[in-house]
Amino acid sequence: MSNEAAVALEGIAKKFGGYVALRDISLSVGAGEFICFLGPSGCGKTTLLRIIAGLERQNAGTVRMAGRDVSSLPPALRNYGIVFQSYALFPNLTVGRNVAYGLETRRTAARVIANRVDELLALVGLARHKDKYPAQLSGGEQQRVALARALAPSPALLLLDEPLSALDARVRQSLRHEIRGLQRRLGVTTIMVTHDQEEALAMADRIVVMNAGEVEQVGGPTEVYRRPRTPFVARFVGQMNFLSAVAAPRSGWARVGAVELRHQPGFEAPPGGALTLAIRPEEIAVGPAALQGDNRLTARITVVQFLGAFTRVGLTVNGEGGALLECDVAATAFAALGVGEGADLPIALAPEALRAFPAPGRAA
Amino acid sequence: MSVRAPSAAEIPDGVVRHRLSGEDAIRWALVAIFAAILYLFLLYPLVQVLWRSLLDNDGHFIGAANYVRYFSTPAIAASITNSLFVSVAAMALTVALAFGYAYALTRTLMPAKGLFRVLAMLPLFAPSLVQAFALIYVFGNNGIITRTTGLNVGIYGAKGIILAEVFYCFPHALLILMAALAVTDARLYDAARTLGAGPVKTFVTVTLPGIKFGLVSACFVVFTLAITDFGAPKAIGGKFSVMATEIYNQVSGQQNFTMGATVSVVLLIPAVLAFVVDRLVQRRQYALVTSSSKPLVPERRLLADWGLLGYCALIAAFIAAIYAVILVSSLVHRWPYNFGFTLKHYDFDTAGGYRSLWNSIRVAALTAAAGTALTFVGAYVVEKCRTAASGPLYLLSVLPVSVPGMVLGLAYIFTFNAPGSPLNALYGTLAILIISNVIHYFTVGFLTATTALKQMDAEFENVGASLGVPFYRTFWRVTVPIALPSIVAVSMYFFLNAMVTLSAVVFIVAPGTELAAVAVLLMDDAGDTAQAAAMSVLIIATGLTVRMLYWLAMRGVTSRTQAWTRGAAAEGEPAG
Repeated sequence: MSNEAAVALEGIAKKFGGYVALRDISLSVGAGEFICFLGPSGCGKTTLLRIIAGLERQNAGTVRMAGRDVSSLPPALRNYGIVFQSYALFPNLTVGRNVAYGLETRRTAARVIANRVDELLALVGLARHKDKYPAQLSGGEQQRVALARALAPSPALLLLDEPLSALDARVRQSLRHEIRGLQRRLGVTTIMVTHDQEEALAMADRIVVMNAGEVEQVGGPTEVYRRPRTPFVARFVGQMNFLSAVAAPRSGWARVGAVELRHQPGFEAPPGGALTLAIRPEEIAVGPAALQGDNRLTARITVVQFLGAFTRVGLTVNGEGGALLECDVAATAFAALGVGEGADLPIALAPEALRAFPAPGRAA
Repeated sequence: MSVRAPSAAEIPDGVVRHRLSGEDAIRWALVAIFAAILYLFLLYPLVQVLWRSLLDNDGHFIGAANYVRYFSTPAIAASITNSLFVSVAAMALTVALAFGYAYALTRTLMPAKGLFRVLAMLPLFAPSLVQAFALIYVFGNNGIITRTTGLNVGIYGAKGIILAEVFYCFPHALLILMAALAVTDARLYDAARTLGAGPVKTFVTVTLPGIKFGLVSACFVVFTLAITDFGAPKAIGGKFSVMATEIYNQVSGQQNFTMGATVSVVLLIPAVLAFVVDRLVQRRQYALVTSSSKPLVPERRLLADWGLLGYCALIAAFIAAIYAVILVSSLVHRWPYNFGFTLKHYDFDTAGGYRSLWNSIRVAALTAAAGTALTFVGAYVVEKCRTAASGPLYLLSVLPVSVPGMVLGLAYIFTFNAPGSPLNALYGTLAILIISNVIHYFTVGFLTATTALKQMDAEFENVGASLGVPFYRTFWRVTVPIALPSIVAVSMYFFLNAMVTLSAVVFIVAPGTELAAVAVLLMDDAGDTAQAAAMSVLIIATGLTVRMLYWLAMRGVTSRTQAWTRGAAAEGEPAG
């Protein structure tokens, strides 16, 4: 980033007693960026967000906002807005009073406050609910009130802690677009915590994939999906098939059972050394499409699962006890193949899609 | 990420400190004030009692000699076994009786539930002396039954104390058992029925296990109330001495303060023990009712409904009879000889008269205000300002429930009537009575406040902080309004208890600060039983009136400040 980072973390570490929640996290968030902290529960993503907010105190490391070291500042002096998983709307105050809550202490004229409240409620499409109480609104509407309340004092930073996880799937989808659109329009730097990889892929400029208190990978959604740096990222973001393999003498080739496969360059094990190959279900070519190209195999169909738009096909390669693969085929394409469970199917694992990782249990 | 991540040992143990803000200073000041209050008015006085039990009356240290004398003097030592006997008996009887009553009110379609509920609550409005008076008026040497049938059941002593305690403790046990019976999961009963369990088996395998924690709690509460009660044994105990009356005799009768302290320390043991065991049992409680539970809707069961109606009617009639006897005896010339109507007993000529009633009302109102404020601020400080002091402050806050009123009163004599102490300024004021009531009844208010705070979203203060709003503003604008129903309940609790308490104040009233409940005791002591009954009637009437006013006020308060809760019920349906 050429200009000053909106948020810069340096060597953040946090432990609770003997349990290490975060190990040496360093990270930089650009102004106006939408960043997602993505990871399974217990990976430390919420703890990291709370450290940025000043609601949790780190054992080591510094937090900077726009170049200013805020590590020792209490939350009130850090200039951010936050939306919690529970929204924490004040149930005894109307929607309007909730949104005005952060404005009323700043010696602002009542007129100005009222205008700002109207402006924000219009922004989140809740102008007509101004005099209702939170309990009278649906979950999605409550969520937007919480967002308006957090944005009212025009904070430099917006923090979202799993803001969509309490909502049902349909509302969640539409709010994703809404929050993203709002963030673009206002240009406010935003950090969102989520365990939902689909949400992160759909919303973020950059995703910070976290696991066990460490950052596994930082990158744009396509990058994280296409080029996962670690098996963890590969498994956590999207679906992934893994094959145990042994490095072949030829560089860039590995042996799975009896067949030799060419894989992406990147990781190399010494000849005879173990490694893991990975390919996404939709990257496996089947039927006529598998008759050209490298890494052709014959697989047996063990199970067929119809999932609507596509069909998930379970395959074994190299006969009984061989490797298992899952492969997603467009429903119409699969019907055109005219095969079912028990049939043999030619497949191809395109070398440019076949990633190589160290075998499990080996240090990176 | 090529650099190896640090291990746990390499991460420093300390956290990065935040700069101290003005808000933090206020937080720390609140913690300090709360700690100072609990120290000065609870811990320090109790230590005084402990210390004085190791001294002789001239102030020389004599080790355990007082205890040796206590246990080796049969007349005094008997008070221990006597206390345990009446408390255990009262506990067993009260919980058994209250269980049937609570079951009828929560699990049947019995008619007139509201009336039965109100009648059962009556003893909460009366000093514990009153139950004993009524028993004496009926079964005593000059009681109406004794006079008309010539049969003297020997009500003075253990029998009378146990009966009086049963009525005195009944509403306390009932409230706990009703709360326990009210929460259950109907699906458990459906499951039992589909598996072919009969009513008895269902009761033993579903109902009883579901309320076992409530039963344990009710037992301990009644036991503690009975063993620490002073009024009933004083009025009806006769020569049957229990520990609470023994403390009074030693201190008031014989001016033997050190022996009073010794008995006090011994009386603390069962009360504290009961409390500790109860806490340990409750800690094992797990959530029986989850958010997916279905509430149990009672079904019509003719035999149970009508059978229990008869049972409840019998108990309610007994309770109503107690207060009817007190009321009538205060309005007739001479119970049971002359039933002519008169108001002369209300023309008090001893024990401060009406001044003591006004004092009581003032003390109760100020206790309600101060107690509610202190319990809520205290609970807030313990819950939300997490410091090293939170644990000890919590312990001190739950301690008062196991400190008998007599012990607290004696402790206050030692602390606030000590020669040369600056604390003496409080002695003989209404303030000391208010403080003693606030501390005596602190635990229930504190736990209610804690529960109310825990039910609120833990992020309220964090939202406030992120918006630059100081915590005290969020406390005032959000926490207090949401907790208003609990605040009202707690202030009512303080008021009613301050009106009727005797044990915590009997040692510290002074000329000019007489209280109504103490006046009842003194009038009875002086043989003016009719005046004592009249004063009791006024105490009960005050309590009932205030309860009614609260009820009316709350209807207004609810409609204005709790509008949001109604909205949820009215409009939450389509959204959900």
